[in-house]
Amino acid sequence: MSHPCVVTIDSRSAPRTLFYGDQLMDVDLPTGTRVVYPKPPIAALKDVDAAIRYAINHPEGSEPLYALLKPGMKVTIAIDDISLPLPPMQRPDIRERVLTVVLDLLTDHGVDDVELIVATSFHRRMKGWEVRHMVGDKIFDRYWPKKLYNHDAEMPDGLVELGKTDQDEVVELNRRAAESDLIIYVNLNFVPMDGGHKSVTVGLCGYRTLMAHHNPKVMRNCWSYMDPGASELNTSIVRQGKVLQQKKRIFTIETTINNRMFDRPLEFLAKNEDDLSAVERAALRALKITLDKTPQALRQAVFDRFPAPYGVTGVFAGETEAVHKETIRRKSYEQYLVPVVGQADILVTGVPNISPYNVHAYLNPLLVQVMVNGYLFNLYKGAPMVKKGGTMIVLHPCTDKFDNEQHAPYIEFVHRILPETRDAMELHKRFEKKFAANPAYVEMYRSGHAYHPAHAFFMWYWGEAGRQHVGRVIVVGADNEYIPKLMGWETARTIDEALRMARTTAPPQPDILALHIAPMMMVEMFTEKAGRELPGASEPPPSFR
Amino acid sequence: MAASYFDVDGTLVTTNLVHPTLFYMLRQPTPLHSLSKLGKALAKAPLLALAELQDRRIFNEMLFASYEGMSEDRLLTMAEEAFERVMKPALFPGAKELVRTCLDRGHEVVLVSGALDFIIKYLAEYLGATDIIANRLELKDRFATGKLLRPVVAGPEKAKLVRDHARAHGHDLDDCFAYSDSYSDVPMLSIVGNPAAVNPDRKLRVLAETYDWPIIRLDRAA
Repeated sequence: MSHPCVVTIDSRSAPRTLFYGDQLMDVDLPTGTRVVYPKPPIAALKDVDAAIRYAINHPEGSEPLYALLKPGMKVTIAIDDISLPLPPMQRPDIRERVLTVVLDLLTDHGVDDVELIVATSFHRRMKGWEVRHMVGDKIFDRYWPKKLYNHDAEMPDGLVELGKTDQDEVVELNRRAAESDLIIYVNLNFVPMDGGHKSVTVGLCGYRTLMAHHNPKVMRNCWSYMDPGASELNTSIVRQGKVLQQKKRIFTIETTINNRMFDRPLEFLAKNEDDLSAVERAALRALKITLDKTPQALRQAVFDRFPAPYGVTGVFAGETEAVHKETIRRKSYEQYLVPVVGQADILVTGVPNISPYNVHAYLNPLLVQVMVNGYLFNLYKGAPMVKKGGTMIVLHPCTDKFDNEQHAPYIEFVHRILPETRDAMELHKRFEKKFAANPAYVEMYRSGHAYHPAHAFFMWYWGEAGRQHVGRVIVVGADNEYIPKLMGWETARTIDEALRMARTTAPPQPDILALHIAPMMMVEMFTEKAGRELPGASEPPPSFR
Repeated sequence: MAASYFDVDGTLVTTNLVHPTLFYMLRQPTPLHSLSKLGKALAKAPLLALAELQDRRIFNEMLFASYEGMSEDRLLTMAEEAFERVMKPALFPGAKELVRTCLDRGHEVVLVSGALDFIIKYLAEYLGATDIIANRLELKDRFATGKLLRPVVAGPEKAKLVRDHARAHGHDLDDCFAYSDSYSDVPMLSIVGNPAAVNPDRKLRVLAETYDWPIIRLDRAA
């Protein structure tokens, strides 16, 4: 018997309404298609502040935070950046609540030398008003910009090498953090790939550390970014994190939220279309028409304007690995995982204009690729949702549009580098080093709000596992042929046309699976109809590849 | 090896050609001389404004006529002070680091400026730039004639000078970078493979956005 979040389409089923960028598209799916819906939001904590205090006083695998503090010590607090959560959280952001408790504790223990660093790694610098939204007025006014600032991975002498792993992976760290007596990390865990060693090891590092795992070779060996035990990326980061732990004292605070991305008036977007009330059906219709008639810039402004009413579901603190295990096991998977039996020949999914890398910006073509081949493909635990060589049908306009501040290096990557080759290994070997050293882009990263030039390459590598596994990607509703072709994708005007195309390379009665995203969810894929779980995820059977 | 060509006024410093010129005018041998120079300059102001709109080269030539009669010794002796008091405080935050980023990546850094060479050389020294392309005053019997030696560094001529410099130093222009704040430098920006607009004026910003050139805001660096 299937999970209640898996709905099988029959002849009486209503069309499904899926995200198509920042619009909606109605699609009629064939009878027998299984549509996976997100689980309802799990219950939020009733007293978040009490949970924060309890967590830091009863930590996992560590002494309580207060016991680590000494008057006069040097403390660096690192914080997750704006890429989490998506969309941003209504105020107060959970990071503000954690920081308020932690900073009070530090003051009580005579710790005055405190600096807060937004752990941006190669992401864009957060703007002042974005940081204010995240940490709250009181903390912002007290610390910004001298003692609350963005990490700078290109600052001359701004990084310190702390050592190497047994695989020769360089571990370097932000100088302020490296010279601190204690590092406290305040995380917001949105998906299972967040948090753990990645927080400090990646968030506060430089290019040499990133090169160890942000490369096509490692990405090809990731079984799901969302299943840390099966991700070579995670394995490499854990190795670096262990070296870091030997050198520095780190106290990790991880928080989890539920998947309440839409406030009450829009909650129907997460519901089975067959179960909508008459009022909800009318509201859905009205929303779709409104979005269709609204200019894109205005649509984006509207989506940007409404942060999500997430509920905080857990707070865990202590030693990094022990904390992260609790985060993943107890809350992240509990919220997201929907069990599904049987991989699909054809996977259909909408692509919303939401990704970690385009907050307050348009989802440009490179990021559409990241969403399709990277994030959406990887929203599984166990086996991939689609069989090896299968087809993904995705809904997005693929507009050739970029934010020329945030994504300036992406533009050149897509229009000058990618036409040379789509081969990630070749891109890595021939182009990455020179492109990453472009002083104009580096300056835009350092003093502006652009992603680091190397990040454009990382975005392409991010899709590598998906590209190696999926046979075909067919885009429905692309407004141009050039971008999909550049990505190596085919185009179809309608979902029917896309399904006809997909069937030409699928078995006679193809298994079709559709993801009804967003809100956020993941599929726990079991390969056999009997429901036997996969072997250990860290050793995925080669037959899946 | 690649080279990075930097316009100076408005790109790396907030000042323009007028500021150092005023500095020299106000430091004539006597206050009367200074007043006389200033008076002449003020009388020329409307023409200068018109020239700025029409042709940057004519503007430069008219402006530098104010140096007429100044001795070479005086020009050179006061150059360091002109740099320290006029240009150095006017550097954009981040300008020095941008130049350093280029140097760290092995670029030759060349300052390309309509300002006078004896002042720009101090800026180059301070920033660590490896070469300059700047205007030179004509001297006769060790006194400035108020004329500029050819070629005058301005507008489209900058493009030719950059091209000549790149050829002479073995740089492939496709690998080179150019940085400017002004639409008048589009010829210079257009001949390199990697142009960038720095603190661009409105027309250059529109062009940069159209052609997806990087836009750097040193004037807003936090």
